[in-house]
Amino acid sequence: MSAVLVFVDQPSAHGGAAALPQSTQELLALARAVGEPVVVLAGPLSGEVLTALGAHGASRIYQCEQSELFEYLVAPKADFLTHVAAQLQPAAVLLENSAECKEIAARVGIALSAGVISDAVGLDAGLNVQKSVLAGSYTVTARATTATAVITVKPHSVHAEEAAVPALPEVEVVSVIFGPASLAARIIDRTGKPASGRPELTEARIVVAGGRGMEGNFGPVEELADVLGAAVGASRAATDAGWIEHSAQVGQTGKTVSPQLYISAGISGAIQQKSGMQTSKVIVAVNRDAESPVFDIADFGIVGDLFTVLPQATEEIKRRKG
Amino acid sequence: MENSALNIVVLVKHVPDVQLNRHLTGEENTVDRSDSILSELDEYALEAALQLVEARGGVAAGNNVVAVTMGPAGAVAAVKKALQIGAFEGVHLSDEALAGSDAAATSLALAALIRHLSPSRPVDLILTGMASTDGETSLLPAQLAARLGLPQLTFAASLEVTDDGGVRRAVIRRDGDSQSEVVQATLPAVISVTDQINSPRYPNFKGIMAAKKKTVTTLTVADIAVDPAQVGRAGSWTVVESAQVRPPRTAGTIINDEGNAGLLLVDFLAAQKLL
Repeated sequence: MSAVLVFVDQPSAHGGAAALPQSTQELLALARAVGEPVVVLAGPLSGEVLTALGAHGASRIYQCEQSELFEYLVAPKADFLTHVAAQLQPAAVLLENSAECKEIAARVGIALSAGVISDAVGLDAGLNVQKSVLAGSYTVTARATTATAVITVKPHSVHAEEAAVPALPEVEVVSVIFGPASLAARIIDRTGKPASGRPELTEARIVVAGGRGMEGNFGPVEELADVLGAAVGASRAATDAGWIEHSAQVGQTGKTVSPQLYISAGISGAIQQKSGMQTSKVIVAVNRDAESPVFDIADFGIVGDLFTVLPQATEEIKRRKG
Repeated sequence: MENSALNIVVLVKHVPDVQLNRHLTGEENTVDRSDSILSELDEYALEAALQLVEARGGVAAGNNVVAVTMGPAGAVAAVKKALQIGAFEGVHLSDEALAGSDAAATSLALAALIRHLSPSRPVDLILTGMASTDGETSLLPAQLAARLGLPQLTFAASLEVTDDGGVRRAVIRRDGDSQSEVVQATLPAVISVTDQINSPRYPNFKGIMAAKKKTVTTLTVADIAVDPAQVGRAGSWTVVESAQVRPPRTAGTIINDEGNAGLLLVDFLAAQKLL
């Protein structure tokens, strides 16, 4: 069985309750389905992470925590992953679909002369990749024509579960010699953002998003999000107005989300926004303007004032949840 | 020397207008490029380039902004738009051999093109948008940097170029989900910019007239010493096997709030088992 590499970046830092981020659990489930899962781990390996990686079927772990990995942008992590891949000749290299991991994938592809496919939502045993293109208007099947396929996978593309039989992974610490070109973009400062306590936007099962109609007050959106355990999103109009941080933006120049439920409040639903959310399973829209394009794609639409509708729904959910 | 002149290449892409319905076409499932325009996200890269050179005395002080595109004959429209907005000269890499290039093949061609431009005058900065609005993969800037062996400063929400005793550096801010990073590299460098970096200008009448006198150089793969087998479908490492149109979403139940819409919303969520 061919090795399938799964890149894991500092799992101890993800901040969730589980030892491994959800995205890592999903990648390992996919890797088990198509080959022998081998983890390439950037960062320290705690006993807890080791056990969790084994429970999810990792047969081997290649680990590196050289400081360069975290002092320079992207390139050293790509060098590390390339180093392991060149040694193992895997059928596939899987990474999460974050901006940074897509860039690592891009560089590994060049270094290995391997095809890179981003934004995967499905993967079969023949390494055929399903993805959405042109803002969700097409679903395509793509494949790498090279010996190794480098694939970044979107959240929720597979059900994360532990392996039927846990593995006892062998651990090898890798020493990487970085090229001068990889030690060129130095991170000279970092500012952490305060944790919101809400799920990450692209991973959330439910997203509640607000737009221009919030008129500067995201309170009703945040309160509804919190009773639903949802992430908070926003249209570009709302982030450009500075009502909420840019990282909350859903749309063409922000995040693309496909949650089970997307509640859109005070967003007209122009193409910029629609591009980022139209593959959501269920769409609910609340807008004062009955002519808003969002109503063309909503499964349930309310023409009304979000400042009364949202709080009423929030209170009712609280009441039903007792 | 303070504020020494910069030679900046801005990569621009001719993409289908996102406001219109977009299609895949042909056996290879490539993007239908009729009704295309300059990618909106590339306007931020061009604006960043123009601001950098204007702060250094513009063209009179020896600065240069070259708008570069790769694509079929019609793609030159993206370069011409960039010239109207303010780029000083244009380069159009156009060759049938390039058709169907994936990101890896595109980065190979563009790397060769930049090397081709460099002997006459070294390129200091290569600026790009954060993604194309058609492919939306954001793979190209990282692959181009890797191929050129240049530092990669990507997703810049701000950009400054400093000159410290002749050592010129670019410093960017990169905003992630959990943290914001400040990243620095010496020039030359490949930099992609986000839509947060500036507010792009529109072409004005003067710019449109001035653009008519600017030169656009057309190059083929032979001109930049690229083997046709390394680019296009032949040189790509990925293939799109099939494509299905996703059925358009249809409107569901739309109600007017008569005082209980919030309760009806919760009923709907409960019926969908979403609570």
